[in-house]
Amino acid sequence: MHTDDDRRRLLEAVGISSIDELFSSIPPALRRAGLNLPGGLTELETRARVEMLAAADTIPDSSSFLGAGCYRHFVPAAVRALVSRGEFATAYTPYQPEVSQGTLQHIFEFQTCVCELTGLEVANASLYDGPSALAEAAFMALRLTRREEILVSDGLHPEAAQVVDTYAAGPGFPVRRLPLDPQTGVTVSDPAYLSSAIGAVLVQQPNHLGVVEDIAALAEAAHAAGALIVVSVNPSTLGVLEAPGRLGADIVVGDVQVFGSAPSFGGPSAGFLACYTAHVRQIPGRLVGQTTDSEGRRCYTLTLQAREQHIRRAKATSSICSNQTLSALAATIHLALLGPAGLRERSEICLQRAHRLHTALCALPGVRPLVTGPFFHEFALVLPCPAAHFARAMRECGVDPGVPLTRLLLGTNVGLPGAGPAPGDAVSEHVLLVAVTEVNTPEALDRYVTAAREILAVLSPTEDGS
Amino acid sequence: MTIDRTEPLVFDKGLPGHRAVDLPAAGVPEMDVSELLPGTLLRTTPPRLPELAEPQVVRHYTRLSQLNHSVDTGFYPLGSCTMKYNPKINDEMAALPGFAELHPYQALSEVQGILRLMYETEQILLEITGLRRATLQPAAGAHGELTGVLMIKAYHRDHGGAGRDTVIIPDSAHGTNLASAAMAGYRVVEIPSSQRGLIDVEALRRNLSDRTAAVMMTNPNTLGLFEEDVLQISSLAHEAGALCYYDGANLNAIMGKVRPGDMGMDVVHLNLHKTFSTPHGGGGPGAGPVAVSETLSPYLPLPLIARSDGDGAFTLDYDRPLSIGRVKGFYGNVGVIVRAYTYLVRMGADGLTRAAEDAVLSANYLRARLRDLYPVPHEGPCMHEFVSSATTHLAQDVTARDIAKRLLDFGIHPPTIYFPLIVPEALMVEPTETEDLRALDSFIEAMQQIDREAREDPEILRTAPHTTVVGRPDEVEASRHPILRWRA
Repeated sequence: MHTDDDRRRLLEAVGISSIDELFSSIPPALRRAGLNLPGGLTELETRARVEMLAAADTIPDSSSFLGAGCYRHFVPAAVRALVSRGEFATAYTPYQPEVSQGTLQHIFEFQTCVCELTGLEVANASLYDGPSALAEAAFMALRLTRREEILVSDGLHPEAAQVVDTYAAGPGFPVRRLPLDPQTGVTVSDPAYLSSAIGAVLVQQPNHLGVVEDIAALAEAAHAAGALIVVSVNPSTLGVLEAPGRLGADIVVGDVQVFGSAPSFGGPSAGFLACYTAHVRQIPGRLVGQTTDSEGRRCYTLTLQAREQHIRRAKATSSICSNQTLSALAATIHLALLGPAGLRERSEICLQRAHRLHTALCALPGVRPLVTGPFFHEFALVLPCPAAHFARAMRECGVDPGVPLTRLLLGTNVGLPGAGPAPGDAVSEHVLLVAVTEVNTPEALDRYVTAAREILAVLSPTEDGS
Repeated sequence: MTIDRTEPLVFDKGLPGHRAVDLPAAGVPEMDVSELLPGTLLRTTPPRLPELAEPQVVRHYTRLSQLNHSVDTGFYPLGSCTMKYNPKINDEMAALPGFAELHPYQALSEVQGILRLMYETEQILLEITGLRRATLQPAAGAHGELTGVLMIKAYHRDHGGAGRDTVIIPDSAHGTNLASAAMAGYRVVEIPSSQRGLIDVEALRRNLSDRTAAVMMTNPNTLGLFEEDVLQISSLAHEAGALCYYDGANLNAIMGKVRPGDMGMDVVHLNLHKTFSTPHGGGGPGAGPVAVSETLSPYLPLPLIARSDGDGAFTLDYDRPLSIGRVKGFYGNVGVIVRAYTYLVRMGADGLTRAAEDAVLSANYLRARLRDLYPVPHEGPCMHEFVSSATTHLAQDVTARDIAKRLLDFGIHPPTIYFPLIVPEALMVEPTETEDLRALDSFIEAMQQIDREAREDPEILRTAPHTTVVGRPDEVEASRHPILRWRA
C-alpha cells in the first residue's frame, strides 16, 4: 500500500485534496466511517492466532478409516512443491495465451489424463467438485436428449444427490430415484424405472456403500429407453476397474481430490467431466485446445468459447466461468509421478488391505456386511450397536473406524436399500462406512481389529440380537 | 529463424518403464484381483499416463510455470479480477496439518478449530457487507450467484411469487449474472445503461412488474462507477415485490466505506480470491461465500455453522427445513477460506479500509494520467477500476487487442479487453492497492509508448507480442478443428 508521501503525490495528480473526495459519489446517508472489526495484526501475531486454531483440531493418522467421498492418500512431496510455485498459483484464467502457456498446457495435459482414465474422447478443464460436476452432467444430458427428468441411483453419495436436487429445483426438472438391490447393494437396472421422460440416468462407481456397480447393464437399460447415462467415478479405482467409457457411459464425472489434494476438511479439489466428441458443444466450463501461432509453433488456447457465459450470456451451457486449475494441476502432476504402473499398484494396495480388514471385521461377533455386492476399498458394515457409539469408543483407543452412515444422511431424505427413509431408522444407525487406502498400514489394520473386538464386547447387547 | 522455446507435452517426454512414486507392499496376505472383483469389471487396457522419474516431472512443470505471467512476476491490472498480491503467510497457514489434513467427517469435537475459523470468517464478512447470515459453501463467484438466485426462487415459491419468472439485469453486467439466472430457470431481461454509465432508473421502473423475481446489480458497476441511485433502485424493486442481488466482484472498492446491506441488497456473493487476497490459481480454486438478509436466511444451503448456546461449541446445523439444499459436497473450499481468514485478521478494520482507499486512489491516478491518450467515456471519479475506449486508435487500424498484445512485450498483463460490452474497444484497468507508485508509472510509460507506436509504427502493434514464447495463437483453427487432448 502507499506511503503517506505517495498518497499525497497521487492525490495531486488526480487533482483533489483528500481521499474522501474519491468516494463523493456514494450517497452521504450510506457512507460509513470504517469497519467495526478489531485492529490489524503483524505477520508474527497473525501466525500465532491462526496456529492456535489449527492446534485445536485433531490431525488424522494411519488409524483413520474415514472416506465417504473424501479419501486420504499419500501425496509425494514434488506435488506440493510444484503446485506452490507462484507462477502457477498467482496467475488467473489464461485469457492472454501468449503469457499463459504454462497453465494452458497443463490443463491440456489434465484433459488428456481424464480421457485416458475414463475411456472417453473429450474432457473439460475441470469444474468446482465431483457433486457439482454430476449436476452439470445431468443438465448436459437433458439438453442432449431434450428431455426433462433425471433418474438418480440411490447409490449416489447422499450429498451428491442433494446437489443434483438443488440444481434441478431451479428449472424444475423432476428427479426420480432408482433403488439399490437390498441384497447386493447394486443399482437395479430395471426398465420399469425408465420412462420416456427420463433424459439422464446418474450412477456412482463405486457407489456410496462401496459397491462396484454393473455399469454395462445400467448403460444398456438407459440407452434402450433413449436416455444418457452419467457415471460419477472415483478415478482412483481406474487403475484396476474398467474405464466407464468402455462400458457404455456417455458422460463420466468425478473428483480428483484422490490425486494430490489434501482433504482440507472437504475442499478445495476439482471435479472433472468427460464425454464423446459429438457432445462437446454442450459441455460446460472451460476447454483448452491445441493450435499453432503465426510462426507455426505448437501452442494452446481456450477454445469453443461460444458455449460460455462471457459470450453467450443467458444462453450459456453453464454459469461457470472458472475451473479448479490448481487442484487439477496437482492431479496431473500426481498422475505423472504415479504413471500407469504406480496407479495400478496404489489401487491394488487399497483393494487388498480393504478386503483383509473386511474379512477380519466380519469375523467379529455380531458384525456383518450390509450388502453382498463386490466392493473396492470401502465397505459398509452393520454393527451390533449404533455406529456412532462404536466410533466414539474406538476414537478413545486411537482408531477412527469409519463414517457412521447417519452422518451422510443428515439433511437428506435418502434411505438405505430396502429400508425406510433415513435418518432415524434402526438399521441406518448401525451402519458404518469403512475406507482403506495406502496410508492405513497393516499395523493400523491390526490395531483396528483388536480394538473393535474389545469395544464390541462391551457395547454389544448381552442377549442375542442386533 | 524462429526459435522454438515451447515445452513438449509430458506424454511425449516419458520412457517406458519409468516411474517416480515408490509405494509400500500391501503387507497383507494378497488375493488374486480376479477373486475379489468380477472379471467383467476389470480394466483391460491401462490408461496411457506419462512414464517419468521425479527429476523429469519436476523439470517439466517448473519449465511450464516459467511460461506464465502471474502476480508474483509482474503487474496484472486485469479489470474486474482484483489481481492483488497474495501474501505468502496465507498459503503457509492453509497448509498447517491442523487444517489441511482434516477429513470432513471427523467428529465435530475434533474440528473445533476449523469450525471456529469458518464461523469467524462469516462474522467478519457480515460486518463488511452489512448482512445477517452467510454460507461459505459456494466454490466461486458464479457458484455463489447460482446459490443466491436459487434462494430467491425458493423464497418466491413460499411467498406467493411462483409466477415471478424474470430477473432484470443491466447490460453492463458480468455474463455470469445472466447465465446464473438462466440456469436457475429464469427469463432474463437486460436493461440499458444511462449516458452516465449507470442503471437507467426509468428503464428499470418500466420493466419491473409482478413477474420480476429479482434485480441483479454490481456496485461499483463494471465501468468502475458507483451506482448513485442504488437506494432508489432497491426501493423500486422491493415495492414491486422483487429481491435485490448484489454481485460482489467489485467489493474491494468499498470496504469500510459503504455496505451492500445498507444499500437494500438481500443477497450478496463475495469473491475471496479477489477482495481477500487468495491466489487465483490459474482460474481457481477460489471461493464465493454468500451473505443474505433476514428475509433469505432460512433458504441458505445446508449445513450452516452454528454456535451452541450452552458450551459455545461449534456445530453444523442441518435442521433447516426451508434450505435450498446443497450446491457442493462438504462445506466449501476450506483451504481458500483459511487464506482469506488469515488476510482478514492481519489487515483488521483499518487495513481493509485503507486497501479500499488505495485501490480507488491508484485507479484514479492511472485514469487521470492516461485519459488524454485513452479516452474514458464516462465521468469520474472512478472507484477501483476504470474503462477506457481505444476507439481513437482505430484510425491507425490498431485495436484494443493490439494494444493488449503489445503490453505483453513490456512484461505487463493487459487490462481486461472488450468488456463491459457497452464500451467499444474497452480497456478495463484495475491496478489494486498492492502496486506501488513505481509500478503504476511503469504502466503509464508503457501505455504512452504504445500510443506513440500506434501513430509512428502501427505494424509493431498489429504483430505483437514479439518477446513471448509464442505469438498469437490461431484461434479460428483451434475452434474449427478442435484438438482437445494428446494422442500418441
